[in-house]
Amino acid sequence: MKLYQKTVFELSRLMSSREVSSVEVTQSFLDRIEEVEPFVRAFITHTPAMALETASLVDRKRSNGEKLQPLAGVPLAIKDNISTEGLRTTCASKILENYIPPYDATVVEIIKKTGMPLLGKTNMDEFAMGSSTENSAFFTTRNPWDLEKVPGGSSGGSAVAVSTGMAPLALGSDTGGSIRQPASFCGLYGLRPTYGRISRYGLIAFASSLDQIGPFAMNPADCAMLLGLLAGHDPRDSTSYPEKAPDYLSAMENRNDKLKIGILKHNSENGFDPEVKDAVNRMAGLLEKEGFTIDQVELPRTDYGLGAYYLIAPSEASSNLGRYDGVRYGYNGGGDNLENMFSRTRGAGFGPEVKRRIMIGTYALSAGYYDAYYLKAMKVRTLIRQDYKEAFKKFDLIIGPATPTPAFRIGEKADDPLEMYLSDVCNITDALAGVPSLSAPAGMHSNGTPLGLQLTAPPFCEGRLFNVANYIYRNRDPQLPERPAVRFPEGGAE
Amino acid sequence: MEYEVVIGLEIHLELQTQSKLFCSCSTSFGKEPNTNCCPVCLGLPGSLPVFNRKAIELAVTAALALSSEVQLSSRFDRKNYHYPDLPKAYQVSQYEKPVALGGCLKLEIDNEPKLVNLERVHLEEEAGKLIHSGVSILGSDYSLVDYNRAGIPLLEIVTKPDLCSGREARLFLEELRMMLLYSGASDCKMEEGSLRCDANISLRPRGSEVLGTKAEVKNMNSFRAVEMALNYEAERQRQILVSGGSIIQQTCHWDEEEKITIPLRSKEGSSDYRYFPEPDLLPLLLEEKEIRKLKAGLPESPAERRLRLREEYGLGKREVSLFTANRSLGDYFEKVGLKYKDYGNLARWIQGDYLYQLRETGKSEDALEPDKFVELLVLLDNGDINRSVAKELLAEMMISGESPSRLVSEKGLKQISGQDQLLPLVEKVIAENPDAVNNYLSGKEKALKFLMGKVMAQSGGRADPGEVNKLLKNKIVE
Ligand SMILES: [Zn+2]
Repeated sequence: MKLYQKTVFELSRLMSSREVSSVEVTQSFLDRIEEVEPFVRAFITHTPAMALETASLVDRKRSNGEKLQPLAGVPLAIKDNISTEGLRTTCASKILENYIPPYDATVVEIIKKTGMPLLGKTNMDEFAMGSSTENSAFFTTRNPWDLEKVPGGSSGGSAVAVSTGMAPLALGSDTGGSIRQPASFCGLYGLRPTYGRISRYGLIAFASSLDQIGPFAMNPADCAMLLGLLAGHDPRDSTSYPEKAPDYLSAMENRNDKLKIGILKHNSENGFDPEVKDAVNRMAGLLEKEGFTIDQVELPRTDYGLGAYYLIAPSEASSNLGRYDGVRYGYNGGGDNLENMFSRTRGAGFGPEVKRRIMIGTYALSAGYYDAYYLKAMKVRTLIRQDYKEAFKKFDLIIGPATPTPAFRIGEKADDPLEMYLSDVCNITDALAGVPSLSAPAGMHSNGTPLGLQLTAPPFCEGRLFNVANYIYRNRDPQLPERPAVRFPEGGAE
Repeated sequence: MEYEVVIGLEIHLELQTQSKLFCSCSTSFGKEPNTNCCPVCLGLPGSLPVFNRKAIELAVTAALALSSEVQLSSRFDRKNYHYPDLPKAYQVSQYEKPVALGGCLKLEIDNEPKLVNLERVHLEEEAGKLIHSGVSILGSDYSLVDYNRAGIPLLEIVTKPDLCSGREARLFLEELRMMLLYSGASDCKMEEGSLRCDANISLRPRGSEVLGTKAEVKNMNSFRAVEMALNYEAERQRQILVSGGSIIQQTCHWDEEEKITIPLRSKEGSSDYRYFPEPDLLPLLLEEKEIRKLKAGLPESPAERRLRLREEYGLGKREVSLFTANRSLGDYFEKVGLKYKDYGNLARWIQGDYLYQLRETGKSEDALEPDKFVELLVLLDNGDINRSVAKELLAEMMISGESPSRLVSEKGLKQISGQDQLLPLVEKVIAENPDAVNNYLSGKEKALKFLMGKVMAQSGGRADPGEVNKLLKNKIVE
């Protein structure tokens, strides 16, 4: 087994016992990138030199006997909407193509302090708006299980990087499913933590009240390790949760609590692939066998979630993206007067989906429409939160499908924004409620691409998600491959 | 028909904090452009705001000073618009739930009390500053922008339409400025832009309850300009109404050069700011305890001070107003007054010779140690020196800080008094000036002044003038 195929837990053990060095580990991932990246294209920016430099620094520290964090020397990839000082951060947008942040996001600061080599910045839908990475201004990332299919989005690059072994861990961001949906399409674990659990400082905003940074990993323990490192209070983020984070990894070993799990009864399952439902039932059966109590749970008002989400998120986006005007940084479209410059910069700098959302949001916030759209959507959001509160009085956890279908073909939904929006339908209400939500692999579709189970816990109960997901992980079908065997097309990369 | 003028003001003032509203950048004025900046106040992608508790305290303090009702829960909203001086393309402000509601300020206009009510007091962030190569952004080849100011905490105070003339508006602003200076919330420097004022003005038939169509007047850069602009605009509207026209709602700029108001293109006046709650900040929650503490810590208000100066020291209107407007001079008066109880005399010295010396030397109001001032006045009161010597000594003390008693003995300035010392001088002057003596005897009072001057000169200015006067009269008549 090559180093890149090992779990993070194992890599960490090997490095701390000094059986392998961080440089060797990092090199293994860099080699894998060279092998696979041309076919899947997960990265916008590669940083091999930087990664090796960090790795050798960690190795030096270790040989000096310094006490290091368990994740020291473990490389990772970061979504390209998380600010990295001195390293361009594009949001996969032409408008920020050459933007180099002068500061690190809080999560990047932690990662650097820990000594995790940065492999590169990953591809995404422009400004995290999309569900397929097709909205990247640069290129579309491919699903490694089927190169003709999308990897999901918006954090598609991060999902692909981890599932193909180009990175053992990656960071994504989830506003309405942008971690969980690609995790499901690519067959790995992707967590959206509770809103406020990980600092948003330095995460380039799409919709501030919904955005959360979260980890991708190949198993629950690895996911727990990365969350444990990043979760905590940040005085620079007013919405960050003031309490310290627990040690998720050690908490996973206390697996004796037999929880009551609600299996989500979807109000409408229009457009749901029947195999998705089967997969969820299979997982429920598996958990029941392990001693968990399973019953049906309803979230009656979540039907309105998608509508509310597509008012709230674009409204906030229309405001958050106002700053890209060519005055201070980023793309400048020129022009002979101010208004001209603004419209040329924004007209040429933003892609069509971003423009669509800015227009929806601008409209929803306009005088005379605010009450009917934005305010109404906020009220729906409050009702949805109440639904969750009620449900969590009776259940410790809610499970349901992570996506209504497995990965779709590239181009299939590109011209139909509504169809595209529906692919996040399972993920959106958890985001509106601000609760933690994990996408876990739940077997394969008959077409050979992965299916995902979504597990949802009450606020700040991420530990419970890892705990239950670990049963699923341990009971995974040994017949099914954990990773895609990337089938290189004839004649190599395009 | 007779019209009355209705004016409401919107005042913006920069709060006197060390750091900006949502980041820790310095607020100091006059730094190199774009040096007091960070990712937060530059609105760089990914940056987030965090309250500056001090700014909130100052806002609450100002609100309390204005008897505005501080809200236990208020909220920040985003006011969205595009302009190069606004780094995030939205201003974080308070729209629906301001930090304080209502309030009032009591004025005295022509000896009549006048109450001006307030609508609200809210907090927001300052924008950057544009410097155009030409006159405005439209005609310029290029414009530069300095974000040092961006993010400085601003307090907006909105009055009810309770003012009736440009003069009333000016008097209100003067009192408001003094109130806020006293509260310590702002330095209220209009010339540095830390206090700005916009006005809404309309006319209505006298006695009518209905408000007329208003114009908004901006760009008034001094209290004087506010008065002139509003008087101008009131007259402009009156002429339109008198000639049967109607007022259109618009925004005007005050042109300081031409002394006229100029309407802006209507498009510039009407914007949809698409306000919505700022998702990056939690609601601003205040505790009763905190508010009580700030209220207890409020310093004396100008009105309270006026009353006290009148009652405690028996000062007249002129001195009261001087010692209130010039707060540190008033403080100095009170400090010296602790050890010198002839307050009337003290007030005269301070507003007269002392103030003159301050202006001459450019020193601060407490330049002279109070004890030394007391010593000087006591020397004078005891007749150890005369008035003109006292004035000279004050001038010297301002520069050297020397004790007056020492100066007196060093320079031999002690007053010459008593017959033994003065009589020979008086006799000498009478002998040397027979014409003047005769003039006095024939009834010319002026001649006595001439002779007094001669005696004073002979004494090197040290003679006791009262005694000299008496001796001269006696000797001439003898
Ligand atoms: Zn700053």
